Amino acid sequence: MTISNKARYALMSLMGVGLAFIYIPLSVVIINSFNSSRTFSWPPQSFTTQWWSKAIGNTGVRKAFGWSLTAGLLATAIALLLGTSLAFAVSRYDFFGKEVISLLVILPISLPGVVTGIALSNAFNQQLGISTGLMTIVIGHATFTIVVVYNNALARLKRMGTSLQEASMDLGANGITTFRLITLPNLASALFAGALLAFGLSFDEIVVTTFTAGPGIQTLPIWIYNNLFRPNQAPIVNVVAATLVIVSVLPIYLSQRLSQDSTSGGRF
Amino acid sequence: MRKKRLFSQIAVASAIALVLASCSSSDKKASETTLPKVEMMKSLGAGEGQVNIVAWAGYVENGSNDPKVDWVTGFEKETGCKVNVKVGSTSDEMVALMKTGEYDVVSASGDASLRLIYGGDVAPVNTALVPNYADIFADLKNQQWNSVDGVAYGIPHGRGANLLAYRTDIVNPAPTSWGAVFDANSPYKGRITAYDSPIYIADAALYLMKTQPDLGIKYPYALDQKQFDAAVALLKVQKPLIGEYWGDYLKHVASLKSGGTVLGTTWQVNINLAQSEGVKVEGIKPVEGSTGWSDTWMISSKAKNPNCAYKWMNSIVSPESNAAVAEWFGEAPSNAKACDLTSDKNFCTTYHAAEATYWNDVYYWNTATEACLDGRKDVKCVPYSEWVKAWSSLRNA
Amino acid sequence: MKSSVARWMYKRPKFRLVALLAAPTLWLVVAYLGALGALLVTAFFTIDSFTGDVVAQFNLGNFQDMLTDPAYRNVVLRTLGIALSVTLICATFAIPMAFFMAKIAKPRNQKILVALVLTPLWASYLVKIYAWRSMLEPRTGVIDWVLGPIGIRSPGFGGPAIVIGLSYLWLPYMILPIYAGLERLPNSLLDASGDLGAGNFYTFRRVILPLIFPSLVAGSMFTFSLSLGDYITAQIIGGKLQMLGNVVYQNFSINLPFAATIATIPVAIMAIYLWLVRRTGALASL
Repeated sequence: MTISNKARYALMSLMGVGLAFIYIPLSVVIINSFNSSRTFSWPPQSFTTQWWSKAIGNTGVRKAFGWSLTAGLLATAIALLLGTSLAFAVSRYDFFGKEVISLLVILPISLPGVVTGIALSNAFNQQLGISTGLMTIVIGHATFTIVVVYNNALARLKRMGTSLQEASMDLGANGITTFRLITLPNLASALFAGALLAFGLSFDEIVVTTFTAGPGIQTLPIWIYNNLFRPNQAPIVNVVAATLVIVSVLPIYLSQRLSQDSTSGGRF
Repeated sequence: MRKKRLFSQIAVASAIALVLASCSSSDKKASETTLPKVEMMKSLGAGEGQVNIVAWAGYVENGSNDPKVDWVTGFEKETGCKVNVKVGSTSDEMVALMKTGEYDVVSASGDASLRLIYGGDVAPVNTALVPNYADIFADLKNQQWNSVDGVAYGIPHGRGANLLAYRTDIVNPAPTSWGAVFDANSPYKGRITAYDSPIYIADAALYLMKTQPDLGIKYPYALDQKQFDAAVALLKVQKPLIGEYWGDYLKHVASLKSGGTVLGTTWQVNINLAQSEGVKVEGIKPVEGSTGWSDTWMISSKAKNPNCAYKWMNSIVSPESNAAVAEWFGEAPSNAKACDLTSDKNFCTTYHAAEATYWNDVYYWNTATEACLDGRKDVKCVPYSEWVKAWSSLRNA
Repeated sequence: MKSSVARWMYKRPKFRLVALLAAPTLWLVVAYLGALGALLVTAFFTIDSFTGDVVAQFNLGNFQDMLTDPAYRNVVLRTLGIALSVTLICATFAIPMAFFMAKIAKPRNQKILVALVLTPLWASYLVKIYAWRSMLEPRTGVIDWVLGPIGIRSPGFGGPAIVIGLSYLWLPYMILPIYAGLERLPNSLLDASGDLGAGNFYTFRRVILPLIFPSLVAGSMFTFSLSLGDYITAQIIGGKLQMLGNVVYQNFSINLPFAATIATIPVAIMAIYLWLVRRTGALASL
């Protein structure tokens, strides 16, 4: 492709500016996790590792991490199930309500979280009388993550077409075998990309979670919310965030590995 | 053609939603403001094995945040009641949580307690079943926000006054009156702060109560329309002076430290924290007195674990726990014996815990209701839900 | 047994369709649309002025309050302005970055760059906003500390701070779909445009932009709608300003009907937005 050197360098420097914009605040987080001031005052007067050692002894944060992981995995599982079956229905069939359902699936993520949150909270508590707990968090998260799985699966299904499946059936495989041996393997990387994004959305979600979490359950963002505003605890939150950034390398590495063998899995 | 089809689909979908919505919406009738009859616990039985609590952050600590800060583990071992806590971030959220009936106990501030009582969400407390109640400071018992007609609806937990903070190195002369934060010509314009909640309207009302007697304000939480409008008008005058409103105290202390805020409402705990960070700041109770808060442990009228709930209410105001929680949270303890057990021996002095006269002109947060709390019968007062609307409106005007 | 089930299923496409659709439809219509409908119906109710309990009596008082008080018009316009600015800023940053990542960087670097853009998504939302508080603090913040000597001052806390903070939070959500869109774009197309004599800018405007437009819209779904409903950023770095989400949040537990009334505004705005972008095919590239 012919791109002038000038444009090339301009784009490269814009990329640099963008990355600086992304990483300067993140480095502030990491520096503040060593800042001896409990209110993150700048520039740091002195440095300390006491927040790190305190964070290690903090069982609350580990528990919260566990809740987030559980909620994220359950929500992702539901989103996978519902999103994939919906994608099959929409890509392979024609039915009344098709257009509405494809709009409906987008609605939960496009409406502000505070609206989704109070709507669910109102429905659970006032109308249905369901106890809020882990399940209500999962319901809330699954609702707005269905769409990412759905879109990834739908795009892949449309591109795959039906010829492979037809060939498989012609060769005598039944529907279930065809699904297992042909459709699913072709769909896998798209589903993985969708699942990863779904998990990521769920893991850092705070608004809907605030309204749907039950007694004794703190997801990591809720734990952070409750602790950030108490100066005795706030510095530990920086440690947790710094750790999260480092730990996040793993899922990102995984997604990158997976997208290597597919051209479109790289939506995440 | 396609378009028509989509419309009909949307019509069907919304019809379903509406039908669902209308079947599920509750059919509550408007209730009069009478006290719902809720039975009081007569005697204690065996614990149920758990208790569900709604509390402010820092009130229920089991050592998971700091191994040294723990008054839950001992309670659990002693009583066999496992503690499940949900941290409420605002009074309004706490009320909403208590309405679900899932929680047994709540640490309600005064701007929530009356709502809970009249909503029938909490039960009267049989103080005979709470042995530590005897040691609670007398001026916290049977107050307007935690009792009705002499019947206690909760166990006082602790209290604090909303003080006036000022940077001693910047604000000169030192303020003595709330007038400093309402002065349209203040030299500290843009560096003044106020508490970010509808309840702050009471601070303006308190100032007017002391400075404009002809308005006839007797109690900052009982404002008729005219008095309410005057308080809101004062806040409108104040708004250009404000740099930030504060809700969380990390933001507030950081701002005091940076000098972004030099004057405004604060809590004692913020002053202590800022001072420990080397900030030259002082907190005073101005001549007009101040608003304040006093939190109350209340038991749900639908409590599923009432025995554990009573055990919790007794344990949390025991001298040991009360001292620990007061120090961790930064408030005056409610149990007179707690003062001997704080790790900082000056703690109760700093927080004026035992000084009854100090609290005489502190007007604790209370829920404004249509029936005026100051006893006036000839007018209707502005209820708290209207305070919230007025606050939203003021903040966005 | 298994194969007989499969055969039975295969012969009945209607049944398969119902089996596929039942769970997701039930979930979305009952769990979500039902909850949303119940909330919006509540907007026409009122509350018991003492206990805050919702009283199911039809009235339009809440809408009247909302429409007559100029404060709510202000907050709607302000929130819209913020959401639009955030979307514009994110797009301005994201297009060149995504283009560089997809078309200029070497394939090996490509993956590293994607990883670099994704990493901040995992550092908690709140922590990032508090980091911006450290950055923006007037006089003692990082910006004034670094750039103060050359005369650049932090805008302090307020509208610009909210726009910066939200742009920061949602930027990766804008970069990703555009990157995916550009990656799918064959290089030969750009070459053809160049061969036919189009300059870089002309190619960008007439070839690239129309082709990645759906991705751009998909990204804007995130940046716009997430900004529209935010209330936490405004609390932390908004100075005196509030957004629509703050008003909903503030009224939620004390006056649910009024909160529901306010919530109809973002719902209406997003409905219009979805309606407008429906035809672009953008909704499929979320």
